[in-house]
Amino acid sequence: MSRILDSGDIDRALKRIAHEIIERNQGISDLLLLGIPTRGAILSERLARVISSIEGGIPSGTLDVTLHRDDLRLRPPRPLSPTSIPSIGIEGKIVVLVDDVLYSGRTIRAALDALGEIGRPKSVQLAVLVDRGHRELPIRADFVGKNIPTSASEKVSVLLQEIDGQDGVDIEAAK
Amino acid sequence: MNHLLSVNDLSKEAAISLLTTARELGVVSEGGHKKLPTLRGRSVVNLFFEDSTRTRISFESAAKRLSADVINFSAKGSSVSKGESLKDTAQTLQAMGADAVVIRHGASGAAQRLADSGWISASVINAGDGTHEHPTQALLDAFTIAEKLEISNFEFTGLRVGIVGDILHSRVARSNVLLLQKLGAQVTLIAPPTLIPVGVHSWGVDVNFDFDSAVGNLDVVMMLRIQSERMNELFFPSAREYSRSYGLDKLRLDRMTARSIVMHPGPMNRGLEISADSADSQKSVVLSQVKNGVLVRMAVLYQLLSGASSL
Repeated sequence: MSRILDSGDIDRALKRIAHEIIERNQGISDLLLLGIPTRGAILSERLARVISSIEGGIPSGTLDVTLHRDDLRLRPPRPLSPTSIPSIGIEGKIVVLVDDVLYSGRTIRAALDALGEIGRPKSVQLAVLVDRGHRELPIRADFVGKNIPTSASEKVSVLLQEIDGQDGVDIEAAK
Repeated sequence: MNHLLSVNDLSKEAAISLLTTARELGVVSEGGHKKLPTLRGRSVVNLFFEDSTRTRISFESAAKRLSADVINFSAKGSSVSKGESLKDTAQTLQAMGADAVVIRHGASGAAQRLADSGWISASVINAGDGTHEHPTQALLDAFTIAEKLEISNFEFTGLRVGIVGDILHSRVARSNVLLLQKLGAQVTLIAPPTLIPVGVHSWGVDVNFDFDSAVGNLDVVMMLRIQSERMNELFFPSAREYSRSYGLDKLRLDRMTARSIVMHPGPMNRGLEISADSADSQKSVVLSQVKNGVLVRMAVLYQLLSGASSL
């Protein structure tokens, strides 16, 4: 197992992504962040704090995609995570989805479906901490903390203080 | 978990997980986006050998909100009235490719029989079997209690629940006693001695024959329906006498504590076990029970049908 991002790297990546989001959208008007549970939701909150410190308050919420996944029948039943959409809603807004690892792209497809059930945003962007490649769908991220070339047999784990007691991104070879 | 036949199939953790899932489903199915694609292509059969309105509609609505196909089967007007056995009916449904069978039957243990017999491979959900159990009713009652009394973690320690009425014949009472105790609540059964089952001392509940002495000390008063077919069996002298001793009237309602709630699984006999005042009061959560029933049944269907079938 080797550590590819430590706590400082994660902080710097989030700061850069925050600046990029503000730059791309020329400010934060009509912008809101939606994290995909579990770790995407935490990253989304951190990102919201960074953006708030630069540009002012930004609404942040969570979006559970479990009910829209296409692999439900391949695994044991998954528990649901909370969905909380900021009170301003997503209609006509720019939604930035936040997740920890971008891999097959299937979670993001599910998130786009889940979003479509709630309303019609003006546009949807995607921020991820790690992009490890191996896409199975035509989906890409707008903001990436770090691109990590991996083989499909490797395992990438994102650890966050709030859940795991420490910050870091590890990569592990297949057993 | 392949089937839901009894509350005893659920550990405390599994029950809380179901209730939490129901709450999340409540969040995502509100605000207009009511239909979820999760169980698309699965089919759910409602196999009802006894009359039912709300349970059948509730299961149907739950399945449809998760995009499952629903086939309704009621014994009246079916081959059952021509004498078809449960086995043949079940195998017919199996041949049609049912993924889940929701069964209500007048015989205690019918759901268990269907699940254990090897007749079908579908998941079996008990929607009431004789005087045995009705687990989804207990789940929706627990969900409603948590919602109304703002107990977000479903830990009911210290909560005082009174179940009033025909305990002897009530599958709702049996399932509720099991689940409420699992969650930590203290349950008191309130009924005339003739309507208390034999062996109730082994249930770990309090029994009180005097509703008036109990009503002021309860957080939840759960009224049970007096089934009209029991009226002639001499469990109590007359409907009016029952109503006077064990009905929830205005006087008893006024003696309940400020935050307490009144529940009823329905259908209500207004003027018998519950007065119109009580049924329509601020404390009555009957309609929330109906609404939450759909969420809880969605959670059960999600839990049983969404995962890999081998598990």
